[in-house]
Amino acid sequence: MARSAQPVSSLPGVAAALLVAALILGTLAAVALRAEAGHGFSSSDWAALKFTLTQAVLSAVISVALAVPVARALARRRFPGRSLLIALLGAPFILPVIVAILGLLQVFGRSGWISDVLVYFGASPIRIYGLHGVVLAHVFFNLPLATRLILQGWQEVPSERFRLAAQMGCDGWSLFRLIELPMLARILPGALAVIFAICLTSFAVALTLGGGPRATTIELAIYQAFTYDFDLGRAALLSAVQLALTAAAAFAALRLSRGEGFGAGLDRAIQRWDGGTPVVDTIWIVLAAVFLLLPLSAVVLSGISGLFELPVIVLKSALISIGVASASTVILLLLALPMAAAVAVRRHGMVEVSGILGLAASPLVIGTGLFIIIRPWANPSDLALPVTALVNAAMALPFALRILVPAARETVSRHGRLALSLNMEGWVFFTRVLIPRMRPQIGFAAGLAAALSMGDLGVIALFADPEIATLPLQIYRLMGAYKMEAAAGGALLLLMLSLALFWLLDRGGRWHAEA
Amino acid sequence: MGDDLKHLLIAAGLLTATSAMAAEKPQLTVYTYDSFVSDWGPGPKVEEAFEAICECDLKLVGVEDGAALLSRIRLEGENSDADVVLGLDTNLIETAKKTGLFAPHAVEADYALPIEWADETFVPYDWGYFAFVHKAGEKVPANFRELAESDKKILIQDPRSSTPGLGLLLWVKSAYGDEAADIWADLSDNIVTVTKGWSEAYGLFLDGEADMVLSYTTSPAYHLIAEEDDSKTSAAFDEGHYMQVEVAAKLAGTDQPELAEQFLNFVVSDAFQSIIPTTNWMYPAVTPANGLPEGFDRLQMPKEALFFAPKEAVAARGEALPEWLEALSQ
Amino acid sequence: MLKLDTCTISNGAFHLQADLSVDAGNSVAVIGPSGAGKSTLLEAIAGFREISAGSIYWQQQDLTKLAPGKRPIAMLFQDGNLFPHLTAEQNVALGLHPSGKLSHTEQDQVQAALERVGLAGMGARKPAELSGGQQSRVALARVLVQHRDLLLLDEPFAALGPALKAEMLDLVAELAAETGTTLLMVSHDPQDARRITRQAILVADGRAHPPAETEDLLDNPPPALRQYLG
Repeated sequence: MARSAQPVSSLPGVAAALLVAALILGTLAAVALRAEAGHGFSSSDWAALKFTLTQAVLSAVISVALAVPVARALARRRFPGRSLLIALLGAPFILPVIVAILGLLQVFGRSGWISDVLVYFGASPIRIYGLHGVVLAHVFFNLPLATRLILQGWQEVPSERFRLAAQMGCDGWSLFRLIELPMLARILPGALAVIFAICLTSFAVALTLGGGPRATTIELAIYQAFTYDFDLGRAALLSAVQLALTAAAAFAALRLSRGEGFGAGLDRAIQRWDGGTPVVDTIWIVLAAVFLLLPLSAVVLSGISGLFELPVIVLKSALISIGVASASTVILLLLALPMAAAVAVRRHGMVEVSGILGLAASPLVIGTGLFIIIRPWANPSDLALPVTALVNAAMALPFALRILVPAARETVSRHGRLALSLNMEGWVFFTRVLIPRMRPQIGFAAGLAAALSMGDLGVIALFADPEIATLPLQIYRLMGAYKMEAAAGGALLLLMLSLALFWLLDRGGRWHAEA
Repeated sequence: MGDDLKHLLIAAGLLTATSAMAAEKPQLTVYTYDSFVSDWGPGPKVEEAFEAICECDLKLVGVEDGAALLSRIRLEGENSDADVVLGLDTNLIETAKKTGLFAPHAVEADYALPIEWADETFVPYDWGYFAFVHKAGEKVPANFRELAESDKKILIQDPRSSTPGLGLLLWVKSAYGDEAADIWADLSDNIVTVTKGWSEAYGLFLDGEADMVLSYTTSPAYHLIAEEDDSKTSAAFDEGHYMQVEVAAKLAGTDQPELAEQFLNFVVSDAFQSIIPTTNWMYPAVTPANGLPEGFDRLQMPKEALFFAPKEAVAARGEALPEWLEALSQ
Repeated sequence: MLKLDTCTISNGAFHLQADLSVDAGNSVAVIGPSGAGKSTLLEAIAGFREISAGSIYWQQQDLTKLAPGKRPIAMLFQDGNLFPHLTAEQNVALGLHPSGKLSHTEQDQVQAALERVGLAGMGARKPAELSGGQQSRVALARVLVQHRDLLLLDEPFAALGPALKAEMLDLVAELAAETGTTLLMVSHDPQDARRITRQAILVADGRAHPPAETEDLLDNPPPALRQYLG
């Protein structure tokens, strides 16, 4: 097949992908090489693998299935507070795990708000602990992400297409089949793969909501291998299994999501003429909002009293976290933009897959691997912040690519020829066309990365430097010191800061239709 | 390229070393668990007290928890940066000894432990009893059998990821031996859930998710002293309570052996021991000259201390963990 | 002279043979049945499609391996001739520098070009704020500042009304005459071809034929073209 000329080189993107792959596989190798004779796969590991897969598949499918109607409703309804709601959709995702668990159980727990209401009316409290609880928690985390990814897909359909469809009298099912289904076919496999990968590495959430050792995941086994058994070989083996599963899911998603874009549009504000059924849309939006906002309000309510009495040291940690999040966001964009461009000009399966691996890489393995690699050269704790920023960026990369790749592809296919005819290549195309055209996606990806980095405990715990604690670490420390109220205040502060960062970046990027 | 980087880093390392020498103060590096170094833990006060007497720079490095701490030491091996490790517990001692990374000490002290202490490598600095904490005024079971028969709901931690979780596992094993598996099977309907660590379980308990949570007999002391809240207490179990003793030791590879020994002596001294009760919320290993802080006298003192010697603890864990998994996975 | 020397242009299973030349300064229509490969021919000349055999020359310079932007060619496509996120001025400026950064004199050139196509004072508008005809004029203004020897039109005005399209073609013809540009334009409409070209290349049955007089070709069309013209 003759290669047609392309406005950007895929080399920087391939290099970035190699860097990410080296980070993830190199750290795994470092751990494996450091291992002494260890144990292989035990029968309880098979049980853990089975449970891990079951919950991850269920969580991914249900999150995405629910996200479709919610995103569709959000795409075609305009109402006051809509943009705020969309911003808040990012919130569950960025909460530190422990805060999210407490918030969720304050609503759905044995003595949670819903159970209280049920008991008041003479019913029995809900039984949340079990596989369904694990899935519920994962849907809470991932429904917003899936919704945003799919909503993004809707926004990328040029308004001209909707106009055309309206002209032809398409609405409801026929509009769905004509415009929306092909878009979903492109977006959904990637969204499924990303959420599957996230849920694959679930540990504390799965264990707590799962109600006990029935809900043992591979990540728990990795933790146990690292800390209690110091069996690095086993940890590396289990981590390799996670990576292999994720790579398989990513490959499957890539094969399934091949599809063409929508062709050119002229940046007209998206307007839709298909009425749909407002009532149905409203129900979906209200249900999603209630489901997502209730646990968040629990976090807010528990945090208010502690918020105003936070020790200065916690505020200092907040500043450190903002710094790490900013650095992490910059690193993320430096990796993700060239990678997205590479995938856009040529189908680089390896680039996309290495982009998704960050999700399945156990933070413990990456952290320990980096520790092993860095230690002969430098004091790991001196590098705590840069390493944290780097690892957080690698973890946010899969999301960023899901967001950036479709837009990059669209931009290259729409404007590549014109740019080439004007001799706009490489850096000029990158800065004059790709980046301006992808501003909303870049804003969204940057916002997500910043917020994720804010909430992530990540590898900082392994590289601990007593002088520099991030906000999530400080929240854990407050809890460890019985100071649950202050910890809740810290969690609320974290939530507000993350949302503010997310909102600023996301807002900064959006330029049409979403006002 | 790689070599250049290496030289650069070595140069940077030398630079740091020189600047440290310029300060002319030897540095003692102590690895401990994270909650010890936190601003609300003993760390800051301990650092101040030791630096006042040692003419040195005490560097406390926090590593997640006791188990992670030992892993970190094993990961670093013989060239560990640590001179002293503080924060392993008795269940980890045997594994720690087997690594051969620790050196014997010559510390002598008048320990206030419920058990005889004669370990040559590990110096105990605090201890406590595991117990179920509950709201004061509630009628609670008096042992595991009663608990299993009751409809009380409990929150526990996973022995595969948490020190108290492992403590509970050994508690049941030491109290019931071969019957431990049955106890767990009977307890399974009382267990609301199993958490990764202590904080999740305790947080959920404070939110009202269960009647009791696995913690320490000293936990109510925090609420009494720091919050002037006497609404929490711990349940006395008549089969006895399992003990946790936290220990410190110096590394065989330390380049500051005298300073490390001085630190271990400091650990059992009044200056360190008087900091422990209201920062680590545990019993000090040596009773401070001024006694225990007010409030500690109101805690339940178990009639019998249950305890596996380090060697037995490893064997008991190996036996009890599969039983626990089996019973709770049904 | 533009010379396609025994070229084979491949697009999947489709192959187009071209062995022809076009005199410098000439205006040539490219006509033929739909799907015969008219756009493919222009894309190959512009460098968007690699040719599998043969060579393309402009005034003895071998263009075959040159990247599209390095060829002495400006091209207007059926759509997407402007960047929607840039203003009319910025779009025109790209014709001078791919980076769009201009000196004062170059800025004057841009204004002059906009004026020339009748868009004085509209430089700050973005494409979405311009009518279809005005968008075409912006693209032409850019072609003007590009100063390329060859201009390829792949039906950029197809979406415009007959009067507007005629106006645009006249403008193109005028500009081409002023600058001595060699023009190749795909056309579906015999009237367009007659209007501004003297010669035409017939693309049919896998071959791009050497230019013939437009009038002759349209008055006495070969069978493949006759069927198409109806």
